[in-house]
Amino acid sequence: MKTLMFGWEFPPHILGGLGTASYGLTRGMAEQPDLQITFVLPRPQGDEDQSFLRIIGANSVYVPGRGCIEFSGRYPDNLLEETGNYEAVASVLARTEDFDIIHSHDWLTYPAGVTAKRLSGKPLVIHVHATDFDRSRGNVNPTVYGIERRGMDEADHIMCVSNLTRQTVIEKYGQNPDKVSTVHNAVEPLADADSFVKHPRKDKLVTFLGRITMQKGPEYFVEAAARVLRKTSGVRFVMAGSGDKMAEMVDLAARLGIADRFHFPGFMRGRQVQELLADSDVYIMPSVSEPFGISPLEAMQVGCPTIISNQSGCAEILTHAIKTDYWDIDAIADAVYAIVKYPVLYHSLSVLGKEEVNNIRWYDAGLKVRAIYDRVLRR
Amino acid sequence: MKNLCFCFQMHVPTRLRRYRFPEIGQDHYYYDDLQTEELTEWIVNTSWLPLCRTLAEMIRLSKKRFRCAFAITGTTLELLEQYAPELIDVLKQLAETGCTEFVATPYSYSLAAAYNASEFASQVEMQRGKVSEMFGTSTTTLWNTELLYDDESGATAYKLGYKTVMTEGAKHVLAWKSPNRVYQSCVNSRQKLLLRNMALSDGLSFHFADPAWKECPHDAGQLASLLASLPEDDQVVNIWMGAETFGIMQPAHTGIFDFLKAIPYFALERNIGFTTPSEAARQTASESLSVPYAMSWAGEGKDLSVYTGNDLQQEALQKLYAVTERVHLCEDKNLKENWLQLQDINHLHYMNHTEHGRSNYESAYDAFINYMNVLADFLQLVDEQYPTTIGNEELNSLLQTIRNQEDEIAALKQQLKDLKRKKKK
Repeated sequence: MKTLMFGWEFPPHILGGLGTASYGLTRGMAEQPDLQITFVLPRPQGDEDQSFLRIIGANSVYVPGRGCIEFSGRYPDNLLEETGNYEAVASVLARTEDFDIIHSHDWLTYPAGVTAKRLSGKPLVIHVHATDFDRSRGNVNPTVYGIERRGMDEADHIMCVSNLTRQTVIEKYGQNPDKVSTVHNAVEPLADADSFVKHPRKDKLVTFLGRITMQKGPEYFVEAAARVLRKTSGVRFVMAGSGDKMAEMVDLAARLGIADRFHFPGFMRGRQVQELLADSDVYIMPSVSEPFGISPLEAMQVGCPTIISNQSGCAEILTHAIKTDYWDIDAIADAVYAIVKYPVLYHSLSVLGKEEVNNIRWYDAGLKVRAIYDRVLRR
Repeated sequence: MKNLCFCFQMHVPTRLRRYRFPEIGQDHYYYDDLQTEELTEWIVNTSWLPLCRTLAEMIRLSKKRFRCAFAITGTTLELLEQYAPELIDVLKQLAETGCTEFVATPYSYSLAAAYNASEFASQVEMQRGKVSEMFGTSTTTLWNTELLYDDESGATAYKLGYKTVMTEGAKHVLAWKSPNRVYQSCVNSRQKLLLRNMALSDGLSFHFADPAWKECPHDAGQLASLLASLPEDDQVVNIWMGAETFGIMQPAHTGIFDFLKAIPYFALERNIGFTTPSEAARQTASESLSVPYAMSWAGEGKDLSVYTGNDLQQEALQKLYAVTERVHLCEDKNLKENWLQLQDINHLHYMNHTEHGRSNYESAYDAFINYMNVLADFLQLVDEQYPTTIGNEELNSLLQTIRNQEDEIAALKQQLKDLKRKKKK
């Protein structure tokens, strides 16, 4: 079975969850013996791991009448133009490549997938990692919505990363429930998980790690911190990452009078991330709307207890994480206080959480995708 | 003659309100009264009241040959007094027929038997007092929380006057033996053990309405035939379940009430009688049973692991029972009331990740956090009365000294009185 995938990000040059998920899923699927994956990227850098799949750079495909087209490989201002160019590349690949099925990741590649389907006659499945509803909190961009909608209408099957996203696709995009499935994301196993240890510290550490932007609910983290600090000392709060709301958060912490217990270390990379997570007593993801959210799983991999919002897709598959509504600052503060106060709660979440996450494998997600491929091809 | 022993267990779980950590030390009222009221009324109207009325009918129509028992916790009796006095009336009627037995059970359905013998004794004594006050009856039979039994707690129960203990007919204790016989404790041959017939009791509770379930009788005739076909030397068949089986687990439309009502006709026809636990226990025991580790009717393992199996539960229980002695010294009525409510086994049940019954919490962690917040406040109140900085032993010796001095003062006062009287003469 050969699958032609259209993607936008791939490690090591990732900008967000899409790259992580693309890698994890393809790695997991590659373990199936009779599956070959060809993955199209706008602008590969040459240092991607191609041991388990074949990468084609869209920028190295000769398009008749245009030559090889330049792509930024990021999310530039002329993103819609790049989407169109990507579609042009797809029209060439549809004829030159040999494949049984087309698999498009996220809205940027849907037009490419649709064109490839039209020209090759092969079926198309699209993978919804996020919708514009999540990104814009209901205030959708009509052009993007149009592209998403068309992709979903033309697809033979739609895969979503959570039931939450699936509901959005059915309700807000008018899709038939029979055509939409959920394939939950997973997390790449951390080979050296045991090398990340918790260093003894005087104060407990409560961490937020991610883009400091509206969708991630950073203000709820800061407010909860204030409530905890009103009742107890010996706790410090860390907001790692960067984003358009960072300055506002620094301001908020100052206004609430907790700036002395609040730290903003900026964007973290590589091992720094796991080291911070392993050292933390709690990791909080108060996302307003998270299609899945791989980061809590990464925290649990190194034994860090997590508090996640009910409005995130990963809450659907986790038992050993504390779930609250993102706006319920009292509940978040209550959970932080309890984890910090009762070692047994920390221990239970840490140990059982790690165990749970180690059983959430991309291989299983890959099998679900394969089952969908088989179903679509049988028709 | 074979006998059927029915026993219906009734307990309304204590419902804590949402209690957040900033309230610790500030707000000392922990209960969600609205939820408790609604829950009690629902259970009573959907299940317990129709059940008890049916049982009263059965006693009347069978000319008092139908007999049965009830295991009702003290906290539940209090709730019924408050929210369902009509049920109390029916229970009183049932008591007056002389065909029922109200067995002993820990006052707030706690695990005290496994953690503190004196607390267990106190709870059982309280419940005995409550039942005696309300129904004028007494009993020598114990239904420990979740039918908990082991040799040690059995011996404690015997000392408290409970010659008969009801427990589960668990396979790991019975092996090939039948639960339909009277047994005795291997530690004390005068203590009788009655074992629940798991297959029949659970079959009725969970599968009555499922026609595909072959092992369970679906009408009274089938039940009577099944009983009649049991071996001759089977003495008593114990069908014990939560009273909610009738009306809630098996809704009225399944015909469960009609089934129940028809049982006396079919059974008596086949020469199968009815008995209460104390009556059943008068028979000679067939053999002795050794139960070194606690067994109960809960979960797959038929032990206490559903309630004490994980870290969270163990932590909560340990913190709770650590202050038993101090609470016993306190006189504050509210404190004692809270002490009982916080021991309800359901708090622990909700902290189970996989089997948590009718939990009103989102998750086991949610249950743990809420309970521990309440417990933290409670422990603070206990600490104010009897600070935990003084060790238990030191406290006891100080209190003993005070008591000795009080006695001495009383004796001296008496002496003074006597001397004054002598002087007058």
